[in-house]
Amino acid sequence: MKKLSLNQLLIPLLSIILGLLVGAIVMLIGGYDPVQGFISLFEGMFGSPYAVGETLRAAAPLIFSGLAVAFAFRTGLFNIGVEGQVLIGWVAAVYVGINFDLPMFLHLPLALLAAMVAAAIWAFVPGFLKAKFYVHEVITSIMMNYIALYTTNAILRNVIGVTNERTDSVKESASLASPWLQELTTYSRLHWGVLIAVLAAIVYYYILQRTTLGYELRAVGFNKHASQYAGMSVNRNIVLSFVISGMFAGLAGAMEGLGTFGSMTLSASFTGVGFDGIAVALLGANTAIGVVLAAILFAGLNIGGLAMQLGANVPSELVKVIIAAIVIFVASGYAINYVVEKLKGNRKKGVEKK
Amino acid sequence: MMNKKKTILSALAAGLTLSTVLAACGGDDNESSSSNGDGGKGGDFKVAMVTDTGGVDDKSFNQSAWEGLKKFGEDNSLTENEGFKYLQSAKQADYQPNLQQLARDNFNLIYGIGFLMAEDVQKVAEQFPDSNFAIVDMVVDAPNVASITFKEQEGSFLVGVIAGLSTKTDKVGFVGGVESDLIKKFENGFKAGVMAVNPEATIDVKYAEDFNSAEKGTAIASGMYGSGSDIIYHAAGGTGVGVFTEAKNRKKNGEEVWVIGVDRDQYEEGLPEDVALTSMVKRVDTATYDVSKQAMDGKFPAGEIIEFGLKDDGVGIAETSDKHVSKEILDKVEEYRQQLVDGELTAPATDAEFEEFMKNVK
Amino acid sequence: MLNIRKEFGTFVANDNITLQLRKGEIHALLGENGAGKSTLMNVLFGLYQPEGGEIRVHGKKVDIENPNIANDLGIGMVHQHFMLVEKFTVTENIILGLEPKSGMTIDRDTARKKVMEISEQYGLKIDPDAKIEDISVGMQQRVEILKTLYRGADILIFDEPTAVLTPQEIQELIQIMKRLIAEGKSIILITHKLKEIMQVADRCTVIRRGRYIGTVEVDETVNEDSLAEMMVGREVNFDAEYSKADPQQVVLDVQNLVVKDSRGLSVVEGLDLQIRAGEVLGIAGIDGNGQTELIEAITGLKKPESGKVMLNGQDVTGHTPRKMTEAGIGHIPQDRHKHGLVLDYSIRDNMVLQTYYKEPFSKRGLMNYKAVAEKAKALIEKFDVRTPSIDVPARALSGGNQQKAIIAREVDRSPDLLIAAQPTRGLDVGAIEFIHEQLIKEREKGRAVLLISFELDEILHVSDRIAVLYEGKIVGIRDPKETTEQELGFLMAGGQRGDETE
Repeated sequence: MKKLSLNQLLIPLLSIILGLLVGAIVMLIGGYDPVQGFISLFEGMFGSPYAVGETLRAAAPLIFSGLAVAFAFRTGLFNIGVEGQVLIGWVAAVYVGINFDLPMFLHLPLALLAAMVAAAIWAFVPGFLKAKFYVHEVITSIMMNYIALYTTNAILRNVIGVTNERTDSVKESASLASPWLQELTTYSRLHWGVLIAVLAAIVYYYILQRTTLGYELRAVGFNKHASQYAGMSVNRNIVLSFVISGMFAGLAGAMEGLGTFGSMTLSASFTGVGFDGIAVALLGANTAIGVVLAAILFAGLNIGGLAMQLGANVPSELVKVIIAAIVIFVASGYAINYVVEKLKGNRKKGVEKK
Repeated sequence: MMNKKKTILSALAAGLTLSTVLAACGGDDNESSSSNGDGGKGGDFKVAMVTDTGGVDDKSFNQSAWEGLKKFGEDNSLTENEGFKYLQSAKQADYQPNLQQLARDNFNLIYGIGFLMAEDVQKVAEQFPDSNFAIVDMVVDAPNVASITFKEQEGSFLVGVIAGLSTKTDKVGFVGGVESDLIKKFENGFKAGVMAVNPEATIDVKYAEDFNSAEKGTAIASGMYGSGSDIIYHAAGGTGVGVFTEAKNRKKNGEEVWVIGVDRDQYEEGLPEDVALTSMVKRVDTATYDVSKQAMDGKFPAGEIIEFGLKDDGVGIAETSDKHVSKEILDKVEEYRQQLVDGELTAPATDAEFEEFMKNVK
Repeated sequence: MLNIRKEFGTFVANDNITLQLRKGEIHALLGENGAGKSTLMNVLFGLYQPEGGEIRVHGKKVDIENPNIANDLGIGMVHQHFMLVEKFTVTENIILGLEPKSGMTIDRDTARKKVMEISEQYGLKIDPDAKIEDISVGMQQRVEILKTLYRGADILIFDEPTAVLTPQEIQELIQIMKRLIAEGKSIILITHKLKEIMQVADRCTVIRRGRYIGTVEVDETVNEDSLAEMMVGREVNFDAEYSKADPQQVVLDVQNLVVKDSRGLSVVEGLDLQIRAGEVLGIAGIDGNGQTELIEAITGLKKPESGKVMLNGQDVTGHTPRKMTEAGIGHIPQDRHKHGLVLDYSIRDNMVLQTYYKEPFSKRGLMNYKAVAEKAKALIEKFDVRTPSIDVPARALSGGNQQKAIIAREVDRSPDLLIAAQPTRGLDVGAIEFIHEQLIKEREKGRAVLLISFELDEILHVSDRIAVLYEGKIVGIRDPKETTEQELGFLMAGGQRGDETE
């Protein structure tokens, strides 16, 4: 167990370093100054209260989408539909935020709840299809993304009544925005959502590690055959896992709808929040703390990438190269293991795998 | 291994600290240089733009806006990245940080390209009351923001005239990107132009609800050409590429169909089958050039709405129009252009104005 | 192989082991699971590099850096898990990697001819054009053997070759091995089955916990007991006579049961079976005659098509696994890795796999891991599960200890009916002995035990009654004291002899 956790830490850390190295090489090839590039990048990530604020702001939805992917993964499922669930959660939160008139202590929780419930219903579909008809959840959840994209657009047009690409802003009583936090971070868009996200990570840990449901879900995730033999209902767990995963995803949408933007825009393409969640969960090794840290890193890289354009004239696409490289390195843990062995100066020949 | 890890971490930490220091110095440099106002024809004037998610090479208005800035910079001996610069936005969420960092870096004039940025420009303009901003295609009401809009309805009216006179089936189509007040200006201007010269014609209007879906463009165009339209005017960005594709395929099979391009001269998009009849050109480059110049000369139109219409050559028909459009028709177009410029005729921008316009036609 | 040493980290898998193979002999390599047999052979086959010692072939020192060198030296390995391409024919599998070519294409005729030649020379009957997926396990093994012969192997390593075979197939394999020796080949036979060694081996090298214990001639002076003692390091009692059973009331009553398999074919067809409290009923039968489906129907994993399953007089047909468990069924599944344990869960968590939702392990939806740990500690102690702590993942335990853990868990629930499917598969003598004792103990506590095994020895040894399963039906019930292996084998193969079903 000790050994495992060391690896769990080492591989992501090395992946990050190697990913940055790849970024440096690409910068050199592209004729940019990597030193200046990285200085601007890190400066843009954490170098000022504003940078910290924007990084945390961008991290909030990623924490949720990362938790959503990780939760399903811990129970042996691939929820590739987080992207669609984010959109559904977003539109539900905005709908409640605009159309209800309630005091804040009711309105905000109601909007968040709406996001959770709507996305949970959306996630229920692939879970149900998998449990009932053995349809592979990767296929259905991917397809549900497209359905979600066009459904949200239709809802924005026909139900919320968007005439100019964007909805009205949600009422103040449903907004996560905080002038105090914004001022503190010299006008970043930091909002209270990041606290909710951290809270959600704790809930995530608690559900999996402390509850009876978590015991069951993890057992099914590790070995559904043995779980079935032991009397657990694998199908019930599949559906439940998807529903809970969807709730996390829906809150990711609420972060954008009630926090960052306070509105929703008609969109012809995906937000990327859900897909980034896959990378976040991967780098975070599906653990609560890992997901939070990975989300902050990826959010920071994205925000820092913007600063890199101005500070070092490096195109912000470079951070996509870095993120992609990190993901590849994490995914190919074997290659990292090899490097680790080399670094350890392991003299053993023919080391047994595993 | 632990030691090694620690070393790397501390190196990282050191790098971070160092970067903060360096950046701080950099900031000082900038301030001192701007206060000194040293040399160069353009002095310390700095102008920048933030693209929307289309990017600077979108072959449409982002690109056009940048071309205007580039020309302005070159004409005034500014260096790229120092005196004039663009920042790209990968996501909608990037607009605000991009605008903010330019403001923080003391750029004198900052453009937000595209009406999606209106909200962000509004907010950032409030946060940085000493900086000047400009927004394209939208009106932002703030004392330090210039709103640049175009009379797309006027240019669209002219290509409508061409379409109305050129159609052989008395049926033309309009493909919009996403339905909004902005695209409505294209639609209504176009419809009015067609009706002004050919009241018998029918106009098929469809919205793709998407600016970046070539497939949808193809599908809609296929439907329109299939039901008898022979000319389609698109105001749909990347979706319009699909309209071109469909037209080219049909032309290859011997059908005589045409596309009217938008924003810039799309003649080349129509090659090699040569399906671009004309284009409604919107000179975002002229706008960014002019407003930058005014700002540098201390005449920034703060808080104003600047409309670029036919009169200012802000909109118009493409120069390549004479390739396929007959002299007589072009003469007719010129007639209408004069009327619009002189104010004898007003091109409708909204549905209501179009209704009104139609009453006068009848 | 002289003084071979192989380390994995701080663990010494082979410590100074010497094995000398003479031409034309069958040399058995005997040791418990995890004693280091496979490691040693992987060193010989070039998959691992030794840290010490040397390998000589025909007196010449060699460095075997990879399996290709081993091949060139005439060393071939018949793996326990066959390395065959299911969709390819027998011939294609044999020539794979060494195809005779004419120009750019494979010369199939030559290949087929050559394969047939070898097959006849060694008496290995095969159909060269059949696809692997269509032939029996025994046949597949022959293909594996032919593969090594085709590559010109003189030294053949058989890794636990009988583990997957029926009694008849085992006999055939023994004949094949003897034929190979007669043709001048040499064989290393890796096994922990003493009976086979007595039957075929000329000499036997015994290793224990990575150490070399000794090499003995297999002749009249050696018997199973003495070999077992060398292997385990203490005296082993094989023929422990268990007390007589005292059957009471019927616990499980299966009536006219029909179960379909995943392809929709009826594999249990009108099966009747009764088990009483205080007896061990052994089910003998060749794999694939409905054992799996019978267990699945009784444990609730699969809904029967028709028929009844009565437990303690109550109809429990088609209930869920959880209801079956709660009704009093314990189950030691055939595949302990797939069905018995969550390998990535700690031993602690595995101990409450069926009872986690009950008090004291769970209260108001929250786990009480302290109570779970106490339970796990108690069970580990009671059943002598050897593990460094209760927090190690089940994966880290040896097969025997994993099985002990499962038995501890199942027995602890005091089920009225204990189903043990292949409970000793892949285990060594010591563990087998322990598990058999546990089954008998349960019987003596007045529980019904249903034992399903493909090993006739085991069935004969432990059962009070033996039911023979053939094509989804019980074709005969015998008293182990009065029947013979021959008679059971005959019934298992579908032969009818009188009707002594009660």
